[in-house]
Order: sequence, then structure tokens, then C-alpha cells
Amino acid sequence: MTDFFQLVFSGMATGSIYALAALGFTLLWQASGTINFAQGEFVMLPAFVMLAFATFGAPMPVAFALTCVVAVAILGWAFKRGIADPLLRFGLMPIVVATIGLAIAARNGIRAGYSAEAHPFPSLFADKLFNIAGVTITLADVGTLVFALLLVVGTQAFLARTVTGRAMQAVAQNTESATVLGINVPRMIFYTFAINAVLACAAALLVTPTYLAKFDMGESLGTKAFFAAIIGGFNNSRGALLGGIIVGVSENLAAAYISPAYKDAVALVIFMVVILFKPQGLLGKKVERKV
Amino acid sequence: MKKTPLLIAALVLLLLLAVPPFLKNYGIYLFSYWLVFVIATMGLNLTIGYAGQKSLRHAAFFGIGAYTVAILMKAGFSFWFGLPVAMLGCFVIGLALGAPALRVQTIYLAFATLGFNTAVWLVMRNEEWLTGGTFGINNIARPGLLGLSLNAALPYYYFVLAMTVLLGALLWKLLSSPWGKAFRALRDNPIRAESLGVNIQAYTLLSFAIGAVYAGIAGALFASLVEFIEPAPFAVGTSIMMYLMVVVGGAGYFFGPLLGSAVGVLLPEWLRFAQGWYLFAFGTAVVMLMLWLPDGLLSIPDRLKARRHAREASAARTAAASKVGAQT
Repeated sequence: MTDFFQLVFSGMATGSIYALAALGFTLLWQASGTINFAQGEFVMLPAFVMLAFATFGAPMPVAFALTCVVAVAILGWAFKRGIADPLLRFGLMPIVVATIGLAIAARNGIRAGYSAEAHPFPSLFADKLFNIAGVTITLADVGTLVFALLLVVGTQAFLARTVTGRAMQAVAQNTESATVLGINVPRMIFYTFAINAVLACAAALLVTPTYLAKFDMGESLGTKAFFAAIIGGFNNSRGALLGGIIVGVSENLAAAYISPAYKDAVALVIFMVVILFKPQGLLGKKVERKV
Repeated sequence: MKKTPLLIAALVLLLLLAVPPFLKNYGIYLFSYWLVFVIATMGLNLTIGYAGQKSLRHAAFFGIGAYTVAILMKAGFSFWFGLPVAMLGCFVIGLALGAPALRVQTIYLAFATLGFNTAVWLVMRNEEWLTGGTFGINNIARPGLLGLSLNAALPYYYFVLAMTVLLGALLWKLLSSPWGKAFRALRDNPIRAESLGVNIQAYTLLSFAIGAVYAGIAGALFASLVEFIEPAPFAVGTSIMMYLMVVVGGAGYFFGPLLGSAVGVLLPEWLRFAQGWYLFAFGTAVVMLMLWLPDGLLSIPDRLKARRHAREASAARTAAASKVGAQT
């Protein structure tokens, strides 16, 4: 039984990282209808940028802050202006394909331009173990979970309590009426892209110590983020957290109790069941189709 | 005007017949590889481009076709028995698994199909007794046809080419029949189509099933082309690539898959001169292409036409304006 709790807890820690990527993903979708197939790469790139800053001697918090700035400029502003804005009015297909192309370019650009090897990444947290009622918990897991939860809750609070956040929600719900109300829609959408970039940086900071910095680390991460977003609810930001934790815990439990080969299958089954019977996700609201 | 596509098709066919004998073996192999993907993406174009169903599991059917033929041939059956079995299998599974499309649409459908692809891939990788797991199945023989051996690269290429033309002609026939109109109606406005008496459930399922059959045939040809299969080429990544090929070529354009597969299969090879950077160059090229032509390569003629119309209209406007100006 202690094993079980241990697995659940470390699954929650991993899951909360998926939740960060998933949250950015759902925010982009809600605000602008962008489906980002390069979401995993959006986590991979900051990991390498942080490494680069770190090799120039910047301490980790400084490297993280600098990376956030770079990410907001490139993964936020440039991505929005260069790819999302021109393509969104042509529907879903071009933006999906363009982000697929972007993912291929990012992955192979890093492989060719930096390295094809996996690079170790300094952990934020000291290597320490806790023992609570026989359950061993690492400080890294606790720290990751707390940090990720703070970020998700913080984003939530920002969206729900500040004027800017509420304006962003208004844009997500109904772009036209938001315009009529005098909300600067393009700016709100940019904020969403910026938040997505920062969340991706945070996910990179938390996940890379265990995943290692590698050019293809984004591939599985992106898929997990999709799964988490769908399970939780694609048009609901709270859902991302629930979805992420479900995916993280279920893959841990499946690897231990079913078979490591089918580790990803349990999340997949949950995902399929959710999408078929409650496509709006566990916490999402139903959207009627329109003529 | 209606003659032009036929003329282009004939010209392309002539090139495809005449060029390969001058190529080295690897070149012929690439051409065959390309045509296999043309067949697969023709099916996907039906599902995505004509019927408007977002599908990201085409590689699963591609794999089911390949594994069916490979396993049956290892069990001692001929290719010509395996191919119909693969087609039937893909049709039935495609029909049964088109069901999610009746419940969910657009991006949700894309993710549901992506999940199915992952499931199929997991089975291929883990059920070693059936599929050989990551070791795959090797020494898959090439089929013979009417006593002719298709073992060498060139005869097999012509065989694949003949299949491509045959399947292309069938698809053309299908699309110009009332079925084709029903598929398009389904894409453009499902609710309107339903109110006009189109059985949208049946057509949605059929668009998946027929698309799946094309993927199955392509998979069967792929298995005996490369003579060795393992789970990797049938993972989600390939589905995404096939989706990319259809959109880049021009979703809903009949010849879209021909160009799109060329971009997906041949372009990376041409970019090999960039060495380690070639996939980076490829990804960048895809992004650029989408920014330039969001509706795909085959939207160029439409775009030129639209521009000409705009120019004529503005010329007519200026002429009318000057006439009015002269009168007053």
C-alpha cells in the first residue's frame, strides 16, 4: 500500500508538469482558436535556452527569468505575429500543419545546431527524502507539485480576479462583444500567448531534470499535454490541472501494476472514453454546434 | 477548361513512365515510396479534403494493411490473398471506428483518431507473438503478377504506378458520382446536408472506411516494397505527416496528394545536401509554404484566377468611371 501512495504522489508531481503545458494549450485554444502542435517543442526550446544561459555562468533563477523574457518574445510575440495571426482566418488546417512544420524545424534545428545527446539539467530542489508514515517522498516531487500548483492557481486567479484577466476571458468567450465593449482584443490575445510561453518555461524548468534536455523530449510531452487538456476539458482552464494529474498518476500506476510496455495505454483509454462520452472534458461545458 | 486537368494528368503519367528507367535503384525506390504515399494520401484526402473529417490515424490503417499482408505471407499465403484480406480488414475497422466521428467533430475528432493510432501502434510494438514487436517482420517477398516476377526495382515500380493510376481513376469516378457530392455537402455544412436528405451518418462512416481501404492497400504495397516492417513507420508521427501532405498539396483538390506526397517524401531527400539541417529546412519550408498558400499548393491556379478577375473588375470599374466622367 505504501508503494501505491508513493506512485500516486510522484505521478501527481509529473502530472502537474503536464498540467502546465496543457493549461497553456487550452488558453491558446480558448483565446484565439490556435491548436499548437508544437506545444511539446515550446517546452523543449526553453530547456535548451536555460542550459545556454547556465553555461554562460548565470545562476538558475537568473537563467529562468532571462529565458522567460526570450520565450515571451519568440514563442509568444513572434509566434503570434508570424504564424498564428496570418493563418487563423483560414481555419484549422493551415495552422495545424504550420505548427507541425514548426515542431519538425525546432526539433531538428536543436539536433543539428546544438546536440543530439541528452544533457543533464540541474534540479531546482536538493536531493532529499522525506518519510511520512512509511511513504518515501522526494523533495523534488513535493517542490514540483507545489510550484506547478502555485502557477496554475496563480494563472487562475489572474484570469478570474484582475481586470486584464477578465478581459481575456471575455475575448475567449465572445470576441465580437469584447471588441464592442472596448477591449483591446489583439492585446489580450497576445497576453494569452505570453502566458503560454511563460508556462512552457516553467514546465521546462520542472520537467527537464528528470526528462533530461534532449531534442525530442517535446514529442511525448506534447502528447501528454494534449491528453491532459482533453481529459480535463478543452474549454476550461481548471480542467487542465485535473487532466494532467490523471494522466501522470495513471501512467505511474499502469507502469507498476499492469506492464511498463502499456504504460501509456491507461491514459489513452481514459482519454478515449472521455472524448467519446464527454467530449467537452470532465470539467468542460457543452458547446452546441451551429449551422 | 475541363480538358486542362486531363492534359496535365497525361503529362505527369508520361513523365512517371519515362523517367524511372534512367534512375539508379535508390531513385526508383524513392519514386515507388512516393507513389505508395500518394495512394495512402488519396484515401486521406477523401476523408479530410472531401468529407471534411479530421482524421489523424491514417498510419494505423497503413500499418494494419502492411502487417496483415506480411503476417499472411509469412503464414504461406500469397500476396494476392493478403491484399483483399487487408482491404476488407481496413474497411471493416474503418467503418466500425468511424463511429467516434458521429459523436465528436473537428479537433476532438482529430484527437480521438490520434488516440486510436497510438493504441494500434502499442499493439504492434508489444504483441511480439503476432507482429514480432520491435524486431518487426523481415524478408517479405514481393508478389508476382500473371507469372511475371516483380522482384526487381523497376517492375515493382511499374506495378505500384499501375495500382496508383487504377486507384486514382476509381476515386475520380467516386468523386464525380452523387457520392462525391454527398461527401462535399457533408464537409461544407453537415446540418444542411442532413436537412437535404443526405444520410450523414452513413456517408461519414463511408468516408472513413474508403479512406482506410486506400491506406490498407498502400500499406500492403509498402510492406513488399521495403521488404521489412516494424512498428515505427506506423506511429502517430506518420499520420501527422500524411495529414501534412494532404494539406500542403491542397485538401479537397484531386491532385493534391500527388504534390503533397512529393513534398513529404521527395523534398526531404532533395534537401539532403543540407546534411544534419535537412529536416530543419524541411520544417521551415512547410511553415513558409503554409504562410504563402494556406490552401495548399494546388490553390495557385485558383489564386491566379481570382487575381485576374479582380484586375478585370477594377479595369472595368475605371472604364465605367471614366465614361461617367466624360459625360458630365
